Amino acid sequence: MDFVSGLRCRECGRAYPAEALHVCDYCFGPLEVSYDYERVRATITRERIEAGPRSIWRYADLLPVEDPHPVDLGAGFTPLVRADRLAAELGLGELWIKDDTANPTGSFKDRVVSVALTKARQLGFKIAACASTGNLANSVAAHAARAGMESVVLIPNDLEVAKVTMTAVYGGRVIAVEGSYDDVNRLCAELTSEQPSWAFVNVNVRTYYAEGSKTLAFEVAEQLGWQAPDHVVVPIGSGSQLTKVAKGFRELWQVGLLDEEPSVRVSGAQAEGCSPVATAFAEGTDAIRPVKPHTIAKSLAIGNPADGWYALDAIRSSGGSCASVTDDEVVEGIRLLARTEGIFAETAGGVTIATLAKLAGQGVIRSDERVVAMVTGHGLKTVEALSGTVQPTAIIAPTLEAFEEAMGGEFPPEPTHTPRSER
Amino acid sequence: MSVKVRIPTQLRTLTGGSGEVAVEGATVGEALKALDAAHAGFAERLFDESGALRRFVNVFLADEDVRFLEGLSTPVADGETLSIVPAVAGG
Repeated sequence: MDFVSGLRCRECGRAYPAEALHVCDYCFGPLEVSYDYERVRATITRERIEAGPRSIWRYADLLPVEDPHPVDLGAGFTPLVRADRLAAELGLGELWIKDDTANPTGSFKDRVVSVALTKARQLGFKIAACASTGNLANSVAAHAARAGMESVVLIPNDLEVAKVTMTAVYGGRVIAVEGSYDDVNRLCAELTSEQPSWAFVNVNVRTYYAEGSKTLAFEVAEQLGWQAPDHVVVPIGSGSQLTKVAKGFRELWQVGLLDEEPSVRVSGAQAEGCSPVATAFAEGTDAIRPVKPHTIAKSLAIGNPADGWYALDAIRSSGGSCASVTDDEVVEGIRLLARTEGIFAETAGGVTIATLAKLAGQGVIRSDERVVAMVTGHGLKTVEALSGTVQPTAIIAPTLEAFEEAMGGEFPPEPTHTPRSER
Repeated sequence: MSVKVRIPTQLRTLTGGSGEVAVEGATVGEALKALDAAHAGFAERLFDESGALRRFVNVFLADEDVRFLEGLSTPVADGETLSIVPAVAGG
């Protein structure tokens, strides 16, 4: 059984039962899952987790639903990669990449969707739905197929080709809306009132869904030998992921899984063309003004971020920072990560790496810190972003002469090690 | 000006279950005040102490967030639709 004691409004504190509710009836504040941490603490151990599945479900005691057979494609327990070459380029010391491109549908959204649809199924829903900038659409369609649920996925009609294909292939309904993500989101918020029998993972099931992002923090700590890092860099779309990563480290401490109380600086990354949180941070205000997004980082193009306030609060209270980067810097960030570490990230990952570089350059992220950057989606989803910037070195006739010419006279190249046959 | 206001599930207890209410008003603010006059309880749900829209309440006029227009002072034309939508969604 799970350890959920109910839901509670983050704004006014009103309590609600653990049902398909996402906002407070009174003040419209977001509802948050409450756990009985004393009971979790009495049950959970490092050994219990380490004996669990190599997926987010190893942390079931800290998730809002318990099911021996969750809706699962294997989300989570992705590699935490030591990034020494990237660290050297940026003048940093100990740097790690949380490589969430390795998830089943290629983004961190598999974490939240696996939790959301497991809970939705438990609550009796037969239809999975969502408003998506693409990654969520991929994941909802795939997990719904896995669970034998119908799916209805709403996306803005200007998404990258791969994200549309990677959604439609699973056979659910894909509705492309003429408008921005914020338009799609508003439509889904209204549809939730009209279609109460549908589980909109990021609307009426959002309270549970969002909890899935805590597993990023859980895994990072476990993979670091049950230690929290000093600084994490997290991309901001709605702000939910950043807020939950911060919560995840706190929870590990609360339930006794860490030896030292974590003190994790949490920094946010946005694209300049959609940076309402970074702008509020820079201006030192609490007022997050909605914007009309215009950026190649479409997965982060949320102009009116639902958890913007809480992300800002998590950043400020942890001593972190928040910055935005241009589309050119996003592309450079993608290439930098690929060139130094062999990881191909989508545009949101480019935002994270470019912001990491920027904050390192400003001395905000320091070389004496253990730093983790969240790379949350695979580059194959957004190849359009690189069109014209990366291409074949040369196109040649199939002859040795043409090859030599294309290599600029460097053929055969200097061997860096002796081939086995010559030893 | 007669304006249609779409009501989200969370507030339908105030309208006897109805998802749409017709009110009179020349601006967004007037229409919402008229809504409260017709169905008591809306004002305290929608507005904070200073009379501004609460942080987590979005109001759309013909699909545009009124925060991008003139807020509560935004004029409304006869027959237009206002939608009250909880802000916490998505992402």
